[in-house]
Amino acid sequence: MEKDKVPQDDENLLEGKTRELQYAVDEDGKYVAVKSVGWEPKNIVLQQEWELINEKVQHAKSLVEKDKYSPLYYHMKKGLMSSWVLAKYAEISWFKVIRHLKPKGYSKLNDDQIRKYKYAFNMKDSDDLSKMD
Amino acid sequence: MRIEFNHKMSAHCENGVISNLLEFHGIKLSEAMVFGIGSGIYFSHLTMFKLNGLPVTSFRPWPGAIFRRAAKALDLSIKRRKFRNKEKAMNALDANLEKGIPTGMAVGVFHLTYFPAPYRFHFNAHNIVCVGKENGHYIISDPTMEDFEMLSYDDLKRVRYAQGLQAPKGKMYYITNVGNIDINKAIIKGIKRTVLEMIKLPGPIIGTRGMRFLARRIKKYPLKYDARKAARHLGQIVRMQEEIGTGGAGFRFLYAAFLQEAGERLNLPELSEQSKKMTAVGDMWREFAVQAGRIVKNRNDKESFDTISQLLLNIADEEEKIYKDLDRIVKGIRK
Repeated sequence: MEKDKVPQDDENLLEGKTRELQYAVDEDGKYVAVKSVGWEPKNIVLQQEWELINEKVQHAKSLVEKDKYSPLYYHMKKGLMSSWVLAKYAEISWFKVIRHLKPKGYSKLNDDQIRKYKYAFNMKDSDDLSKMD
Repeated sequence: MRIEFNHKMSAHCENGVISNLLEFHGIKLSEAMVFGIGSGIYFSHLTMFKLNGLPVTSFRPWPGAIFRRAAKALDLSIKRRKFRNKEKAMNALDANLEKGIPTGMAVGVFHLTYFPAPYRFHFNAHNIVCVGKENGHYIISDPTMEDFEMLSYDDLKRVRYAQGLQAPKGKMYYITNVGNIDINKAIIKGIKRTVLEMIKLPGPIIGTRGMRFLARRIKKYPLKYDARKAARHLGQIVRMQEEIGTGGAGFRFLYAAFLQEAGERLNLPELSEQSKKMTAVGDMWREFAVQAGRIVKNRNDKESFDTISQLLLNIADEEEKIYKDLDRIVKGIRK
């Protein structure tokens, strides 16, 4: 790749927070590092992934609204977690977590468990666990 | 306090951290050199490991491998610590900073507050260096960021105890002693290991054989899966190839940069010649990403899968030639 061909296709996926370093050759064939804001094929596949995740989250939301699962399920999907990862973050046994993902188990949560789940989802203490945004 | 630390951006976090830490200890070694010495170039298509339900195609060795190998080849003494207790982990970091030791850490990306949101997945093998603490905020040198970043105590604790695959468990590491560095020897060792991994290991899934294996599988995607799933499989490959911190083209350009620098240092024009070939391969990988991107966007037909599979076979042929030449070159060097 030549230095002047380093792609600069900005789709605001880096949110202006950083740029990526790309290695390219200059006129003399020497390697230099060039900063790039993005590249189209890469943006496409990243957006493809997020499209899919958002679909899954919406699906999870509809399941919760139908009372098939508890709101924990929605937050879990939104946090891209599996029940195993959620159990690890919340420091609650996985067997309990899978019960809490159902409405019946969710209704039996005690304060300590709620606090732990809020930590796992990176929520403030004042946030409502059952609220889905 | 704040330690005098030169923050350099890098294409890959692991190399960047080593390169930056080495510079702190008075050794100038570029990112590409660290990458080559640690044999960072790699390929494997792991059908048995699934990420988001799709097989993993890896362009890098297992996280931490580059670090381990480079440290060994460069005769560095590195102290590594893990902690079961989160507070103890943070206290140990504070104590280190107090002593003026810049400390590397393995962290998860998902809760890293300064990271761009679309890139925040549960990837737990990111490397950062902490270089100071001001007003309860830690100063972080993250090689994928352009400048120093700040993290609060709670945020840092959270990312150090990220969960999931390869949970870092508060892992931190720092260089305690720098021994006798023989860079030339390390370079040759690194190249030898790369050759071994890419063309000499048995089995169908690693190295250039792995590329051919993947090419054959890509051909079958449109027959096996519906249009959407097939596109997802391709998208996964490109994501692994072009993910943040690869320098593009699955590290091929980074390796070409290493070969160029190594050729100059060892005074071996043949290595620089291979660097040019590797650049050409990198451009082919980019072409692969372009075609895959098109397929993902338009949910393309069977022919385009055939073309892209053929392209991958060509890449495998070209790369194999390079590794064979490298093998010949390093064998010809008298010690």
